[in-house]
Amino acid sequence: MWPPKGNHMGLPLQRKIMEQIIFYILAAATVIATVFSITERHAVHAIVYLVTSFFALAVIFYLLGAPLVAVFEVIIYAGAIMVLFMFVIMMLDLGHPEKVGTPGIRDWWPALVLAGVVFAAIVTIVAAATGSPAAGQAIGVREFALVLFQRYGVAIEIISMQLLFALVGALYLGRRQGKGEKP
Amino acid sequence: MIVPLLHVLILAGILFVLGLVCVLVWRANIIMMLIGIEIMLNAAMLAFVGGANRWGAADGQVFALMIIAMTSAEVSLALALVVYLHRRKKTVNADEFNTMSG
Repeated sequence: MWPPKGNHMGLPLQRKIMEQIIFYILAAATVIATVFSITERHAVHAIVYLVTSFFALAVIFYLLGAPLVAVFEVIIYAGAIMVLFMFVIMMLDLGHPEKVGTPGIRDWWPALVLAGVVFAAIVTIVAAATGSPAAGQAIGVREFALVLFQRYGVAIEIISMQLLFALVGALYLGRRQGKGEKP
Repeated sequence: MIVPLLHVLILAGILFVLGLVCVLVWRANIIMMLIGIEIMLNAAMLAFVGGANRWGAADGQVFALMIIAMTSAEVSLALALVVYLHRRKKTVNADEFNTMSG
């Protein structure tokens, strides 16, 4: 808890405090960018806010000792998936906020009820919690790769087949329709 | 671990709720629903990575990698469906897609 009492990972205390401050700043940046993203009516602006949020989250992953996941977050999420969204939005010309209807109160209340339930659960957990940061450790690329390819080899094969199926499905859905031909 | 696991889980919970609110509020707009699903999957990844750091096991990071691969497959298929539906009905409003005739 704040202020940190011990020196868990053998880090100098000053560096640990600095990493904690960076974590909380990045957490605030992530949450604020996500809030802007989901309340934005212009789809392109929403995507840009989401990319900001993903960059902050990637640095949080790095601070949590997962450099490989941080790199994949930037390359695949912010680099590939968001660009795919942007491509579809621009291809279909959806960047017109005046054509988008504003959600009314009928759309809001189920979301607010569910959000209230989850926030009540979080508050209950926080009220019951005690303790200080445990001694976690960073995981290097070598250990990550060993676990990935020794223990989860079958999962890698399944994921590769899943990506292949997604490719075939997207090709089938995206092809031009011929003359009178049913898709 | 630089911060308690609880704080990481609280951040993941807040992000998950924001994604859920996005999906439930923008029920009429397919693109915003997909964005909400992205936010929720990111929150799940954050919880996995925090757990991997707390217990010093690489399994959580492996599952985060699986989530990334699964998300890219899901998004490519979903956006192909959006393009296909937009070609047929000229809209991305989910309420318009209410017929099953091929």
